[in-house]
Amino acid sequence: MTSTAQGPEHDVRELDRVTIRFAGDSGDGMQLTGTQFTRTAAVFGNDISTFPDYPAEIRAPAGSLPGVSGFQLSFSASDIHTPGDAPDVLVAMNPAALKTNVPDVPPGGAVIVNSDAFTAGNLSKAAYASNPLTDGSLKQYKVFQVPISTLNAAALEGLDMTSKQVDLTKNFFALGIMFWLYERSMEPTLKWIDQKFGSRPVIAEANRRALRAGHAFGDTTEMFHETYRVPKAKLPPGTYRNITGNEATALGFLAAAQAAGRPLFYGSYPITPASDILHQLSAFKSFGVKSFQAEDEIAAMGATIGAAYGGSLALTGTSGPGLALKTEAMGLAVMTELPVVIVNVQRAGPSTGLPTKVEQADLFQAVFGRNGEAPIPVVAPATPAECFSMAIEASRIALKYMTPVIYLSDAFVGNGAEPWRVPSTDELPDISVPAAVKGDGRFLPYGRDPETLSRPWAVPGTPGLEHRIGGLEKLDGLGTVSYDADNHHRMTVLRRDKVAGIAKDIPDLEVFGPDHGELLILGWGSTYGAIRSAVERLTGEGKSVAHAHLRHLFPFPKNTGDVLRSYKTVLVPELNLGQLWFLIRGTYLVDALAYGRVRGKPFRISEIVDEANRILAERS
Amino acid sequence: MTDMLTPPEAIKLTRKDFVAEQEVRWCPGCGDYSILAQTQKVMPDFGVPKENIVFISGIGCSGRLPYYMNTYGFHSIHGRAPTLATGLKIARPELMIWVTTGDGDALSIGGNHFLHSMRRNVDFTMVMHNNRIYGLTKGQTSPTSEFGKRTKSTPMGSVDRPVMPLTLALAAEATFVARTVDTHTEHMQQTLEAAGRHRGASFIEVLQNCNIFNDGAWREFTERDVRDDRMLVLEHGKPLIFGKSRDKGIRLRGLHPEVVTIGENGVTEADLLVHDQYAEDPYLALILSRMFWPEFPVPVGILREVDRPTYSDLMDGQIEQAIAKSGPGDLAKALMAGETWTVE
Ligand SMILES: Cc1ncc(C[n+]2csc(CCOP(=O)(O)OP(=O)(O)O)c2C)c(N)n1
Ligand code: SF4
Ligand SMILES: [Mg+2]
Repeated sequence: MTSTAQGPEHDVRELDRVTIRFAGDSGDGMQLTGTQFTRTAAVFGNDISTFPDYPAEIRAPAGSLPGVSGFQLSFSASDIHTPGDAPDVLVAMNPAALKTNVPDVPPGGAVIVNSDAFTAGNLSKAAYASNPLTDGSLKQYKVFQVPISTLNAAALEGLDMTSKQVDLTKNFFALGIMFWLYERSMEPTLKWIDQKFGSRPVIAEANRRALRAGHAFGDTTEMFHETYRVPKAKLPPGTYRNITGNEATALGFLAAAQAAGRPLFYGSYPITPASDILHQLSAFKSFGVKSFQAEDEIAAMGATIGAAYGGSLALTGTSGPGLALKTEAMGLAVMTELPVVIVNVQRAGPSTGLPTKVEQADLFQAVFGRNGEAPIPVVAPATPAECFSMAIEASRIALKYMTPVIYLSDAFVGNGAEPWRVPSTDELPDISVPAAVKGDGRFLPYGRDPETLSRPWAVPGTPGLEHRIGGLEKLDGLGTVSYDADNHHRMTVLRRDKVAGIAKDIPDLEVFGPDHGELLILGWGSTYGAIRSAVERLTGEGKSVAHAHLRHLFPFPKNTGDVLRSYKTVLVPELNLGQLWFLIRGTYLVDALAYGRVRGKPFRISEIVDEANRILAERS
Repeated sequence: MTDMLTPPEAIKLTRKDFVAEQEVRWCPGCGDYSILAQTQKVMPDFGVPKENIVFISGIGCSGRLPYYMNTYGFHSIHGRAPTLATGLKIARPELMIWVTTGDGDALSIGGNHFLHSMRRNVDFTMVMHNNRIYGLTKGQTSPTSEFGKRTKSTPMGSVDRPVMPLTLALAAEATFVARTVDTHTEHMQQTLEAAGRHRGASFIEVLQNCNIFNDGAWREFTERDVRDDRMLVLEHGKPLIFGKSRDKGIRLRGLHPEVVTIGENGVTEADLLVHDQYAEDPYLALILSRMFWPEFPVPVGILREVDRPTYSDLMDGQIEQAIAKSGPGDLAKALMAGETWTVE
């Protein structure tokens, strides 16, 4: 195909999938640039998957290697599960961004650089001995040197702005180039600029000019010989929006409260990468959502228990270190059998660890991390969009079984985005539970439903049900303090059986691929996309490989053992050193193999494919 | 807590309605018995149905009190009672909430929650049983123990300096701050009544005797025969006068309070500080909060009582405001927020 717009002639190539990475200084607006491109691709109708990757420092020294912030997105004409292993195109705004990101670009890949940023000073901050643009070290890539800063400054000439302000808009120049290269409309971003900077006309104009200038540059330069077209994806019919995991989590709980007919309470102490959920829920005031920024995670947990005791659907949200602080109070929620949901958006640990990077290493903490026998159900969403339904599922279990529930998300699933088919509100399940009222005879605060073993939810304000609860062991039924030895054993077993019984009430573990055979790859949480893509590739090559993904980690779905035993080998890839692996070996006596990586990054599809092939070769 | 003071139908409850059937298990002679008795005694006066009253405690000997109250009760974990009370009050502003705590529970492990629940003006009443010792764990030094105190954990004397709970409560912006004594039953009843009627974060320090691990901690000034001379009963609008023959008073010299005798050196009643518990600024209350035996008579009564919007008032006000502005939230709209597109 050949197109002749106004500019020089160029070819148009149709592609099934493209992966772009924007990389720059953390002050360069790379997250925003990536998000704008994502929205545009999503609204166009592509399937998308994103991976924002930013440093822990808000503003590390400009131009330095630790200050590099990246945003990778994949958009495609077919169903995709991951933001792509390697970028087809890298946009590098400075030498540090080039240095940290170019090793991920495959040979032949495109690299667009802001050549203005390759000054002696920036090169030395990035520890480059010589200029990579001239020393031949980038020979294996298609390098496009664009003097983005100067071109952008020229486009903004005459605006009443400081040169620093002008420089802050150069990311939109780069975005304009990318829009041109991928034949994307500038409209959604122009609209966004109006909304965002409406009250600051000069800034709005500057951003508009930067975007248009970048686009026009693409059109008029002779640098690019091709533009690329990625047709719409064939998604199931429906109305879609682009959503991050944290947004979907917040919306899921908002919907859960409505589905339960209970007011929503959210207690939290800010922590990356969970704060977005606090921000989101704090904006839902007109829904009557009561969001409470506590003095610490202990207070957030305590307040959540207090709100649950008062009859709300009560949640608290945090990341690993905060979960550690909540631990003692979570035990109180176990003992008092109150419905609370504890959201843990995992990040790399231990301690402060890598606070902005992904890891799945809090599974043991979730399943075991309390004093005494304190079972708590654990669920984990697999994709950003799935956060919505898993938030409702966590709430359902908490309410129906009168128990705390841990919802284990992570930085990758929480910050990542994908298209989400928006459900209609009448698709929501009814998860309401009755409030206890005074009946005949003596009220038994620890009397149990024979089916679920859950106790009544008797909230203050209910006449005739005045009773006392707390962290001391309770007498079976009556709920008064009891130090009786047999009673403690009985109550401990009851609490265990109540949670174990949830297995009867959750969906079976589903298998993708052959229902028996050589290799099962078992995952949980955000590794879903990489595992599914790997298994698609392997089965496409005729290999006997299946994928099963656990959403319920405690208790496991009741067919889990049968599934595991249907394959010669079970491989468990995790972003930890083998926590699910340990759990399934202990639970099912299955000789599974662990594949653990903790690099603060999601798996690449190829890593899982390679590991699977290695095992298949070794075991056949 | 005015919203709770007019129940739908006037209810007539008595002290006995508030007595739970649980057997009380404090050491015989413990000051906690009196605190429980006065609490049960004043409860009917509020006219609040007992299902709308909740007692929340932490851990310590004091923490057992909710078991003995025939209301809703929650015996939580060490130091965290204010956090549960905050969550419950946010969820259910119409409930009357009492927080029972100890000097270790409130000021050591729970110090952070003490500070923040007070500054937020969460509408509950915190009653701190101050026995200057860890009772339940059998006698270690507490944040209110005297400097140099010998306990099991400080055999050569404590090297920690004690805190003044009332000064802390004032610094934390509590809107009702008072002190009373376990054995001064009537005074305790009055104080509990006033605190219960106050809307906002109320803090009462009860000087409580632990006769097992710290017997007589307050005896020097609370005993019947000396208390008039060694304690100062605060009354709003009245000059700070004390003494068996009501001839002693407190005067301000520069920034310092001093004890004077009326009629000596030309001192008259007009020279004395006059108590103003409703003062907007906290200076007088702060001075009173620092006065202690033996330099001064120990003030009891209400140091400060000011009217400020409660946490729930403000939070619920924002919700109302948001609804007034954009109507009640519509879930279908929220799900569809931002850009959407349709796939046929
Ligand atoms: C997390 C935790 N740490 C320690 C304890 C042990 N503990 C129970 S009560 C208490 C001190 C209580 O002192 P105070 O608050 O003064 O109460 P009192 O017993 O004097 O009424 C301690 C240390 C506990 N229950 N929980
Ligand atoms: S140890 Fe002290 S505070 Fe505790 S019950 Fe006995 S006397 Fe009371
Ligand atoms: Mg004590």
